[in-house]
Amino acid sequence: MTIAASFQIEYRQYLDPDGNPTGKTLPAIARDLEQMVQIYKLMSFTRVFDSKAIALQRTGKLGTYASSLGHEAAHAAIGSAMRPEDVLAPAYREYAAQFWRGVKPREVLLYWGGDERGNDFSGPAHDFAWCVPIATQCLHAAGSALAFKIRGEKRVAVAVVGDGGSSKADFYSALNSAGALELPLVLVVVNNQWAISVPRSRQTGAETLAQKGIAGGLYCLQVDGNDAIACRDAMDEALTRARDGGGASVVEMVTYRLHDHTTADDARRYRPDDEVKEAWEREPLGRLRAYLTRLGVWNEDKETALQSECEARVAEEVDAYLATRSQPVEAMFDYLYADMPLEIAQQRALAVAREVNRG
Amino acid sequence: MAEISLIEGITQALAYEMRKDQSVVVLGEDIGVNGGVFRATVGLQQEFGPWRVLDTPLCETTIAGLTVGMAAQGMKPIAEAQFEGFIYPMLEHLICHAARMRHRTRGRLSSPLVVRAPWGGGIRAPEHHSEANEALFANVPGLRIVMPSSPARAYGLLLAAIRDPDPVIYFEPKRIYRQYKEEVPDDGEALPLDVCFVLRDGTDVTLVSWGATVKETLEAADALEAEGISAEVIDLATIRPLDFDTIHESVTRTGRCVIVQEAPKNVGVGAEIAARLAEQALYDLVAPVERVTGYDTHMPLFRLEMKYMPSVERIVEAAKRTLAVS
Repeated sequence: MTIAASFQIEYRQYLDPDGNPTGKTLPAIARDLEQMVQIYKLMSFTRVFDSKAIALQRTGKLGTYASSLGHEAAHAAIGSAMRPEDVLAPAYREYAAQFWRGVKPREVLLYWGGDERGNDFSGPAHDFAWCVPIATQCLHAAGSALAFKIRGEKRVAVAVVGDGGSSKADFYSALNSAGALELPLVLVVVNNQWAISVPRSRQTGAETLAQKGIAGGLYCLQVDGNDAIACRDAMDEALTRARDGGGASVVEMVTYRLHDHTTADDARRYRPDDEVKEAWEREPLGRLRAYLTRLGVWNEDKETALQSECEARVAEEVDAYLATRSQPVEAMFDYLYADMPLEIAQQRALAVAREVNRG
Repeated sequence: MAEISLIEGITQALAYEMRKDQSVVVLGEDIGVNGGVFRATVGLQQEFGPWRVLDTPLCETTIAGLTVGMAAQGMKPIAEAQFEGFIYPMLEHLICHAARMRHRTRGRLSSPLVVRAPWGGGIRAPEHHSEANEALFANVPGLRIVMPSSPARAYGLLLAAIRDPDPVIYFEPKRIYRQYKEEVPDDGEALPLDVCFVLRDGTDVTLVSWGATVKETLEAADALEAEGISAEVIDLATIRPLDFDTIHESVTRTGRCVIVQEAPKNVGVGAEIAARLAEQALYDLVAPVERVTGYDTHMPLFRLEMKYMPSVERIVEAAKRTLAVS
C-alpha cells in the first residue's frame, strides 16, 4: 500500500489534575513564576466576576449571560500570550483573554446588560467585538491576518471558537484559506464538550478537533485545556510560528463547560450530574494553585488576600455598570452609517421628538 | 478619449482607486490571472500584483468573511461575487457583520468594503446566473445598494462605493455590460450615492427604473414620444438609501408613475417606491401607480428569460394605462 498522506496530533499536558508535573520537560513559561502568578490571579478574578455576573442575571440586573466557568486556563493563556498589536476575534465568553488585553469587566456587563457601548471597549481598538453568529469570527481573524500579510506587519490574528463552532463552514473556510494563503492566524478551539445540549461526540466523527486543521495544511495540536501551562505553551508556539511566517495553526484546548451554556439554559435537562462532578476534579484553578504552592510562590494567606481583592474589584465594576445610564434613543440611529442618509435622519428626528414629548 | 463600455468603466474605476489608495485590494474567484469571468478585473493583477488582486479559494463564505476582517483592520477590500446567484453564502457576513460592525461597536470598527456582483438576466446563462435579488439587500439596515446603468455611472458610482466608509453592495447589470460605449474621463470624479439620475425630462408620466431595464425604459420613452406622450425617465441608481425626493418632485409634475424592475414584483424595491408615493404623494397622483416587473416566479432558463423580463411593450402599455385616467 502506498500512503498519500498521514498525520499525527500531539497531545500536550504538563500538569496532572493535582498540579503535579507529568514528567514532560516544562517549558520556560512554567518557570516564569511572576507571569504564572499573574495568570493565576487573572483566572481567579475571572471566576469571581463570572459568579457575580450570573447572580446579577438571576436578580434581573443583567440580560442573558454566557458563563466562562471552567475555561479560565484556556482564556488566560490566549490573552497573556498575545501582543497588544495582535488581533483577538473572540466568540462570547473569553473574558479572561479580554481582561488581560484591557477590556474592563464593566464593559462585559454593559454588553450583556443590553448596551452596545460594551463593544466600544477599553482593550485594543482593533480587537473584534463579541461574535454571536457561531464561528463567523474565524474568517474575520483570517481577513485580519490577510491584511497583516499584505501590509507586511508582524502581527497575528487569533480567533476563538468552540467544539460546536468547529462544525461550521466558517471554521473550515478559515482554516482552508489560512493554509492556502499562508496567513498569520491561530484558530483556538476551546473544546468544552458541549454546544448547548449537543455533546462533542455528535459534532464530528473525527478523533480530535485539532486534526481538522490538517486538511487545510495547518500546524495542529491538542492540549489539556485545564492545564494553564500547556495552553500557554501552545499559544506561544502557534503565535511565534505565525509571526515568523510559519503559517497558521489550530490549537484545540480540551476543557469542560462547568456552567450552563448561558443563563437562559439549564444543563440539568441534558447532561448527567456525575459527569459535571467528575469534570470539577479536573478544573483549572486548583491545578495551577497547587503547582504554584508547591514551588513556594503561593500560599493560603495570599489566596485569602486575592479573593478579597477580586471581590472588591468586581464590586467596583458592578457598581460602575449599574450606575451607567442607558443611551439616548438617537443612539440606535447614530452609528448605522458614517454619513447618515436622509431617510435615517428623518426617522431619528421622529424618535427623538417622541422622547421629548414624553418629557 | 476612447469610448468605454459599462464593464470597462468598472475596470477603469478599480484601477484608478488602486493607484491612488494602497489600502484598496480586490479579491474573489478567477479575478487574478483570468481577469474575472466577465473581465472586469482584466490587467489589474499585472499592475498591482497577486496580493492586491487576490484569487481566493472557491468559497463565497471565505470571500465575504475575509473581506469583513480586512475592512475592520483598515483596508478597503472589493470582493467580487462571481454571479449574484452565488452571493447567498456571503449573506451572513454581510448582514450579521458588515452591516452592523459600525453600529455594534459604536463606531470603533467599521466595514469600508464593496461587494461587486454581476446582476440580472438576459445573457443566456445557466441556472443561478441571472437573478435580480437586490430587494433582499435593500431590507438590511447599514448597507448601501448601488446599481449603475451606464459606463459613466458605473465609473462614478464605483469610485463613490470604494471611498464610502460603509459597506456597499454594487450590482452590475451584466446584460448591458457591453450594450454601448461612451466617453468616460478617468478623472477620479465620484458620483453621489444617494441621488437618482433624471435621464430624460418629461411632463406626462414618470418612469422609474434601475439596472438593465433602464434600457427598455428609455426605449419605451422613445416609443411614447412617437405617440406624443412625454415621459420623464429616472434611473434610481442607488437603491438604498433611496432618493425619494427626486421621484416625488417628478410625480408632482406628471401625476403619473410607472416603476420598472427586472426583479419579481412581490415586496420588490418597486413596492417601496409605490408605498412612499402612497404615503407622501397620493394627492399629486392622478392615476394609480403601475409596476412593470418580472413575474413572481423563478427566472426561467434562458429560452424563456426574455419573456420574463419587462419589455418595451409592457412599459408602454402601463404608461398608457396611467394616461387613460384623467
